[in-house]
Amino acid sequence: MSRLRHAAIAVALLLLATLPVWVGNPYYINVASQILLFAVFALALNVLVGYGGLVSLGHAGLFAIAGYAAALMLQAGHGHFAADLAAIVVTLAASAVFAVLALRSTGIGFLMITLALGQIIWGIAYRWASLTNGDNGVNVTTRPAPFGISLANAHSFYFATLIAFLLAVATMAVFVRSPFGASLRGTRDQARRMNALGYNVWLIRFLAILFSGFWTGVSGILFIYYNQFISPQVSALTASAEVLLMVISGGTATLLGPIAGAAIVVIMKNVVSAYIERWNLVLGVVFVIIISFMPEGLVPGTVRLWRWGWQALQARLNGTAVRPVGERSP
Amino acid sequence: MSLWLTLAVNSIALGGLLFLLSAGFSLIFGLMRIPNLMHGSFFMLGAYFGVTFLDKGLNFWLAALLSGLAMAVIGGVIERFLLRRLEGQVLPQVLLTLGFAFIIADVCLMVWTGDPWQPSPPPQLRGAVQAFGMFFPLYRLVIVGAAVVVAVALWVMVDWTRLGAMIRAGVDDPPIARVVGIKVSQLFTLVFCLGAALAAFAGVMGAPYLSVYPGLDFEMLPLALIVVILGGTGSLLGALVGSFLIGFLYNFGQAMFPDLAYVILFLPMLLVLVLRPQGLFGRVVT
Repeated sequence: MSRLRHAAIAVALLLLATLPVWVGNPYYINVASQILLFAVFALALNVLVGYGGLVSLGHAGLFAIAGYAAALMLQAGHGHFAADLAAIVVTLAASAVFAVLALRSTGIGFLMITLALGQIIWGIAYRWASLTNGDNGVNVTTRPAPFGISLANAHSFYFATLIAFLLAVATMAVFVRSPFGASLRGTRDQARRMNALGYNVWLIRFLAILFSGFWTGVSGILFIYYNQFISPQVSALTASAEVLLMVISGGTATLLGPIAGAAIVVIMKNVVSAYIERWNLVLGVVFVIIISFMPEGLVPGTVRLWRWGWQALQARLNGTAVRPVGERSP
Repeated sequence: MSLWLTLAVNSIALGGLLFLLSAGFSLIFGLMRIPNLMHGSFFMLGAYFGVTFLDKGLNFWLAALLSGLAMAVIGGVIERFLLRRLEGQVLPQVLLTLGFAFIIADVCLMVWTGDPWQPSPPPQLRGAVQAFGMFFPLYRLVIVGAAVVVAVALWVMVDWTRLGAMIRAGVDDPPIARVVGIKVSQLFTLVFCLGAALAAFAGVMGAPYLSVYPGLDFEMLPLALIVVILGGTGSLLGALVGSFLIGFLYNFGQAMFPDLAYVILFLPMLLVLVLRPQGLFGRVVT
């Protein structure tokens, strides 16, 4: 099993590293960059939703804070390094504020408070025009050139995004196996017992939000370099919902789930927008279908339905009845 | 002086409208603990229904009632056939209601286009009344009147009738309520329908004042949320006080700090969360 896993990882890495060669068309390379940068965002949110049991509907706000901070710094004439560093610091500070306020409550209260906080960010981005240029957004005129390599073309930008993505996956893998990751899962499943065991539940959750905020910030910075533009739309509730869809459609509390979810949502969005302009309608319908038929996520849900269909077929051949396979136990 | 008075009257009118909106949210979210992210969508869809009925030449109040009724049916169907299967599961409920919010928003955009609609108030409610040597727009006072009527009716229903007692029992202890013969499930559907109808009614009442346009749904949802968190979940009195507080804050904020008016709205909510998480009039759940 472990050998198979290593082989699968090696193949995946090889495919990702050579993607520009066999894809060729810059349009598809850009789609791949988009998938990777949103995968970073989804992985960041999954820390809270999957491992922490804290559902945030305001993460697009943090994403937008990073993007706006970097874009405004660049517009003010600062260098890329200073702008990105400032963006990360500001995002971490904002995450801390989010955490202090939202952790007054858990479950439904946490969700509603993060939603409200996300709306505040949207309000600032949209209405405080003297700072953020309102609905017109902020342009980012240049992409950075780390170590003298310009990221202006699709190929080099893809590789830069890939490196950030791999770093994110690596830290997530370490995080999941670490004592910190285990204690976060503990606070999700048995907060009271964790407390009784002497763990500081609040602090664990607080640090998890900072960790999530950091990678959200990184993806926000990647996003503005990719689009070279940011507008209040990025911080809207729709955006928070989209990334949440990535997390749950792939399956929460797995490493692969959010990545698969990001790929599904980004591809769907690109394909759907090519034919109809009703992306929100599709998004809504997908939400309703997933929740009604495969609440555990698209990937595990498809597997379950497939297995059920297979067993039903076999049972029919053998002449015995079969019950539907139940949902995954929590 | 007169500017402040005008602002105050507008604030009270907005407060009344916010109460109509958040009373239903207080029932659904505060009382039944269903995170209904479609509440703003109910408001907007209700307003669009009202606009269409008015366009057909219906009487204003009849249009408002019909719109409420239609929304009660839609809300009831969603609750009965989809939300009910997810009882007690917060995340799926959130995603389902969010999904419907997106669907409703896009369908509204398709049917009623992106142009704003602003019906005129009924003829007998147009114009202004004169008091204390000043003119007040009559329609805004009517909104406040409607809010007061709804507040009193809800208060009497929840606190003084057999139905209200059954609802409270169903919320506090569903298994025991079932044992003594209360049909909790049907009761909750009824409350959900009532909440949806109130949101639609609020939408029609608000249409001549705010006008109806795409994006109104997600503008109203956070307001309902603020009001309920501020006032304390499940408390009608809290929703009433919260509504008027937000009404004042919005109008005065708009006048004094136009850039930050939207952000100022959230400040009292944040203060309450830090200092008194159960809200101004909320009770502490043990």
